[in-house]
Amino acid sequence: MIPEIGHYAAILALAVALVQGTLPLIGAARGDRAWMAIGSSAAITLFLLVALAYGCLTWAHVVSDFSVVNVVENSHHDKPLLYKIAGVWGNHEGSLMLWSLILALYGAAVALFGGNLPASLRARVLGVQAWISIGFLLFMLLTSNPFLRLFPAPPDGNGLNPLLQDPGLAFHPPFLYLGYVGFSMAFAFAIAALIEGKVDPAWARWVRPWTLVAWCFLTIGITMGSWWAYYTLGWGGWWYWDPVENASLMPWLAGTALLHSAIVVEKRDTLKSWTILLAMLTFSLSLLGTFLVRSGVLTSVHAFAVDPKRGVFILGFLVFAVGGSLALYAWRAPSLKIGGLFQPISREGALVLNNLLLATLCGTVLLGTLYPLALDALTGQQVSVGPPYFNSVVIPLMVPLVGAMAVGPLMAWKRADLAGALARLKAAFALAAIAALVTFWTVYGGSLLPVLGMVLVVWLLLGSLIEFALRVRLFTVPLTQSVARAWHLPRSSWGMTIAHMGLGLTILGITISGTWSSDHLGVMRPGDTAHLGPYAFTLAGTAPVKGPNFTARQATFDVTRDGEPVAILHPETRHFTVPPMDTTKAAIRSSPFDDLYAVIGDADGHGGYAVRLYQKPLVSWIWLGGAAMMLGGALSLTDRRLRVGAPGRKRRPEADPHRPEADPHRPEADPHRPEAGPPRLQEA
Amino acid sequence: MRWKFALPLVLFLGLMALLLCGLGLDMRDIPSAKIGEPVPTFNLPPVGSLPGLASKDLGHGQVVLVNVFASWCVSCRQEHPLLLALKQQGEVAIYGIDYKDEPAAATAWLNELGDPYSRIGDDHSGRVAINWGVYGVPETYVIGKDGKIAYKQIGPVTAEALRDKILPLVRKLRAAP
Repeated sequence: MIPEIGHYAAILALAVALVQGTLPLIGAARGDRAWMAIGSSAAITLFLLVALAYGCLTWAHVVSDFSVVNVVENSHHDKPLLYKIAGVWGNHEGSLMLWSLILALYGAAVALFGGNLPASLRARVLGVQAWISIGFLLFMLLTSNPFLRLFPAPPDGNGLNPLLQDPGLAFHPPFLYLGYVGFSMAFAFAIAALIEGKVDPAWARWVRPWTLVAWCFLTIGITMGSWWAYYTLGWGGWWYWDPVENASLMPWLAGTALLHSAIVVEKRDTLKSWTILLAMLTFSLSLLGTFLVRSGVLTSVHAFAVDPKRGVFILGFLVFAVGGSLALYAWRAPSLKIGGLFQPISREGALVLNNLLLATLCGTVLLGTLYPLALDALTGQQVSVGPPYFNSVVIPLMVPLVGAMAVGPLMAWKRADLAGALARLKAAFALAAIAALVTFWTVYGGSLLPVLGMVLVVWLLLGSLIEFALRVRLFTVPLTQSVARAWHLPRSSWGMTIAHMGLGLTILGITISGTWSSDHLGVMRPGDTAHLGPYAFTLAGTAPVKGPNFTARQATFDVTRDGEPVAILHPETRHFTVPPMDTTKAAIRSSPFDDLYAVIGDADGHGGYAVRLYQKPLVSWIWLGGAAMMLGGALSLTDRRLRVGAPGRKRRPEADPHRPEADPHRPEADPHRPEAGPPRLQEA
Repeated sequence: MRWKFALPLVLFLGLMALLLCGLGLDMRDIPSAKIGEPVPTFNLPPVGSLPGLASKDLGHGQVVLVNVFASWCVSCRQEHPLLLALKQQGEVAIYGIDYKDEPAAATAWLNELGDPYSRIGDDHSGRVAINWGVYGVPETYVIGKDGKIAYKQIGPVTAEALRDKILPLVRKLRAAP
């Protein structure tokens, strides 16, 4: 009964989405306020219905209702409750359900918090959002219905892929989806702006927070995914340039570019058609990622549903959504008014450079991901494009990007003094040069990549700190005054400094762990000791253990440093019976300085076991950097300037009166915004 | 001026056409495209005291096995005794490609477990393996007298695969003119 309620709710949701996708748009075209207002109530209803459907599916999983095909295929009585709940989105049908739920959640958020949007813009945004919902709900109901029944019901289910039974993996898809789907907001705003014919600083102020929310979620989702790969796949690697990873990286790169170009639209009222295009591309890349993962066009360890019929549907949807929006762009964008002019050497120029590099980076990743497919389609030749390609194209693009990241924030709007900005970075230059020499001396005769990496790290971290110090006038005014200035800085500048430094920390982790790791791969018998760096790993013994739905062989490693005990590691080889599969569970002792990583493999039949041991210095900084980027984004989001949906907020007394752009309710604060209202697009 | 705004649309439609073609292809079949083709051109330095391996060493009227392995690979350890036994029998020569491995680690590994190879090429970067179409280690290729790839075993060589597929194929290829 409950699954039928869910099924019915999903169908009703489709009907509501159809209403939301038509009436408000017509209302906005005619200027009919009542019809426009339907959008908000429809969006909230849609969310409630999808949430009901989602809840019903979760219920079926939790109580193990094996008359539902989806539950049979992906669940099992013995599965822990956590994975019964997480198992809902651990499969194709359920993950679509989650997609739709998050999409409806964002729609409801516009309806609830979009009170300060112009009515017609809000109606159009909700209308566009509804069309995306329609696409996904139709896709789910027509090709991948999670509510289908099975008769007679089998006594037990097939179980969930054991690799997916892991807290890190269980919780990273929702974050990824919050990111992917979040970019649909920027997309909807872009389409609405094109229909409306109006792109102005106010538009950018509405788009930025939504983009920032999506970007933060995507950042944390990618970070968690990479961490999961690191500790579950058992090779100590953290990024594989796998198509599914690339599918999440591409929207992230485009979204990062969008965040930065939206600043230019907001502050300088220029770069509009590029920002619109970027907003559309970012979400299109999210959709493309979904297509690549779901259709089986590319083979990947992560891809779980392969069905050509589904592929054709998503392809059709892509053509409709992306093709339609790009056609709209081709038609309307030429008439967008060119905004303020600027010199190439300026803050705008630096942000354009950032956009160019990020877009190139994104295009390169796209090329590498699709190249095998293109070659196969055109010549029938099959190749795989792997890390050698990606590393050799991504690193040369990262160098100028990081180089400019430290300089850009020091440049003034409109026209900047590059020599002056560089002069202020003297200390960063000097220390980067010292870092280069020290690293070169340490790795002498080896690869020069660590030298490059350390130079970038020092340059970026120090450059960000110098910019921050200059902002608070550290050392030029008394310290208490500097602290006070730092306290009153807009949160967005705190956010920028933290996020930029986060990237520096990630590069630091990549460089150090990639260069100075040590490993031991071989057979060890109980009592054997392996030496890695300053550590000694002794295999104390192995013992069988039993988990809730698996049996395992657990090894015990005593790790010592100069005779002092450091850690005891318990790696396992797990054998799952439903479905039959062996997985390895690495044991990791993480610390800020280094990770100790142990994996136990097969027995060699003579009392020994294949083991892999690693000591990886600073590797956890890779993910700490990711967390810092997310934190920077989140801090920026709390900036008063970006607060939407809370009109009429009182000025905070401590707000710095010299920073007028921190207050969205003072339009005169923006000197570039004409008094007579935002510039309107001339009808072509 | 206007046409440049249509450029994204044109590019996108091209991409969609490509993906439509892609749907028609069956990418899930492990590629066997290399089968029946000559081995790619390559020249790999040696590991330890054995000679290295290059494309010119293959063919010349000899049937050989090329085994892609690595000291860090657990399944390679599993198939290793079978390769050693095969070497003892002396029926067919086994050449190795050491995939993304430190030569010192590979040498230590072979010293510990025994060395079934008569040539080993050191593919430190893994680029040669890409040209071979290697999916993962271990993989074992049967190379015919004409230097063409006749068969590819993905994953460890098992006793059954050796008995039912690889050795019969080696004999057939050797008997062929």
